[in-house]
Amino acid sequence: MSEQVQGAIAREDLYGLAAEFKDAPGIYHAAEKVHAAGYKWFDCNVPFPVHGLDRAMGVKMTILPVMVFFGGLIGLLLACFLQVFTNSLQIDLWALVPVVGYQFNVSGKPLLGPAAFVPVAFELTILFAALTAVFGTFFLNKMPMFYHPVLKSPLLARATDDRFYLVIEAKDPKFHRDEVEAFLHSLEPESVIALEK
Amino acid sequence: MTTLPLNPTDNTGEDPRQRPQLVLEHKDFSSVTNEILKVNESPKPPKSWYLALAVSFSLMSMLGALIGYLFFTGVGVWGNNNPVAWGYPIVNFVFWVGIGHAGTLISAILFLFRQKWRTGINRLAEAMTIFAVICAGTFPGIHIGRVWLAYWLFPIPNQMDMWPQFRSPLLWDVFAVGTYFTVSLLFWYLGMIPDLATMRDRTTTKVKAIAYGLLSLGWRGSMRHWHRYERAYLLLAALATPLVLSVHSVVSFDFAVAQLPGWHTTIFPPYFVAGAIFSGFAMVMTLAIPTRELWGLKSFITIRHLENMCKVILLTGSMVGYAYAMEFFIAWYSGEIYESFAFINRAFGPYSWAYWIMVSCNVLTPQIFWFKKARNSIAIMFIASLFINVGMWFERFVIVVTSLANDFLPSSWGMYEPTWVDVLMLLGSFGLFMTFFLLFIRFLPVLAIAEIKAIMPQADPHGHGHSYGEMEGETDASAKIAEEDE
Repeated sequence: MSEQVQGAIAREDLYGLAAEFKDAPGIYHAAEKVHAAGYKWFDCNVPFPVHGLDRAMGVKMTILPVMVFFGGLIGLLLACFLQVFTNSLQIDLWALVPVVGYQFNVSGKPLLGPAAFVPVAFELTILFAALTAVFGTFFLNKMPMFYHPVLKSPLLARATDDRFYLVIEAKDPKFHRDEVEAFLHSLEPESVIALEK
Repeated sequence: MTTLPLNPTDNTGEDPRQRPQLVLEHKDFSSVTNEILKVNESPKPPKSWYLALAVSFSLMSMLGALIGYLFFTGVGVWGNNNPVAWGYPIVNFVFWVGIGHAGTLISAILFLFRQKWRTGINRLAEAMTIFAVICAGTFPGIHIGRVWLAYWLFPIPNQMDMWPQFRSPLLWDVFAVGTYFTVSLLFWYLGMIPDLATMRDRTTTKVKAIAYGLLSLGWRGSMRHWHRYERAYLLLAALATPLVLSVHSVVSFDFAVAQLPGWHTTIFPPYFVAGAIFSGFAMVMTLAIPTRELWGLKSFITIRHLENMCKVILLTGSMVGYAYAMEFFIAWYSGEIYESFAFINRAFGPYSWAYWIMVSCNVLTPQIFWFKKARNSIAIMFIASLFINVGMWFERFVIVVTSLANDFLPSSWGMYEPTWVDVLMLLGSFGLFMTFFLLFIRFLPVLAIAEIKAIMPQADPHGHGHSYGEMEGETDASAKIAEEDE
């Protein structure tokens, strides 16, 4: 069936094979079957997050929430340290070096008044958690990545518009070109496309 | 169970058996992309865009010139005096921060409440938020007097061993507004990445391909990426929800922590937050109505979307009205003569004209939205939203000026009058806001394309959602698979 594959690519240059689907149920059921067949190195390129597709593909829950929690915690601790250190600190390091913050008496307010430190502590917690959420996503997604075989092929340009692609990578241990090709065709895609590295 | 057939062109029906369509005219995914990006991708935008940009840009340039004049001459060019040390600049600051609350409310709180209609307006509202916060940040920045010392606002180690005063609400404001701006920007940008990738894949010119390519960070729609992306989006929404409530609360502390009659009230934080959402929604409406008209987005920002916004405006407007009444009640109930005087003075004193503009615009105007006719009439909505924008500016004027002008000792009272610089700077800030907004709707995806696709009936991988079109035959088989999933 290889004559139905678009693009002739040498074996060592082959990144993987992509199957094109025209609707969300199509890719969903295909992903289930690919996952059940035991492929590990495959992905779906879709224009919007198809509900439940990640679970159908067997994607494990991301570590991101844990990272965000610790990001927020760091923000909170930093804010507490910053405020206490700069506004109310008065200690002697090893009884020799005096370390004094900028102690400033305003209307007799206590120097170490935790209530006054709540708003900034709250804001910095949110700030650090949010920064972790966004940059953590970029880090885990290996973004920015300006070169990718999926982006290279003009045949897959509609992945950000209205088509759904399932790509099985050549580095998958179970990858044998003819078998994968036959398998992808059995999922009844619109077409099967070979991707160059 | 009986369901009525979906009406493809009108979604304003109130029959609960019929779920209103959020995207009208039975579109497929590709036509959604095409229609939303139609004006962005056309070589020339409508003539009115050029006209609006010319006006806005002139006003923005005027603001720049006036800021230069202010820096060279000093804050004496403003009408600020003693006792009214916070004149227009702080009024404008609070006004613009308030406007900036709708975006994050729509993107975060409505997201957590699974209000799918938010997808029609969230991008617009988030963009508006960012630009409003930029306008807001400008005013306290130039209000500090010695602008060359603006860096004292931030905890930067220096040779004087001097640090900011963390027990002051003004410093809390720096952190609250700074955090709000950063998080809103991240939220907006994260949401835009998939749509920027869509634009990248459709561009025809090299410059655009490079620009959108860089901005979209190599997004390729990978589901493994979407998985983390969706999680990040949910987390950001959960973080931004308390944030949006905290920001205007902290702004209200600027007033409430002071001892001044009319400011020193515990109702301020919730009252300010309700007012902020109220004014923000009004501004989203003011901007969304012309945008959907000119950009041909009527099937995405539908009458139903606008009607829902009218309902939010009605609710928050009534909350603001309740807060006005409650302030009066507590002023009387407290038995405090200064507090009682402050409120009687607001309503019947020298600034009563401003007070009654505020009440009629903010409390009476939104009441028209009890009527479905008004909620479905573009003209009424647009005019009402303009009135609310005016009213909310006057609310801040009343709060700032009346309390400062007439406080405790009549011997220390003074009247406030803005100068021409004050008035033109307010006008200029609208220029700044509109310039950014006009550039946004021309060069960036004006609606959340990927999110809109995801709420369309065809997007359901189990085929439950669609009741029309080519996939009809599959429904039974897909339903069976869905059952197996459960």
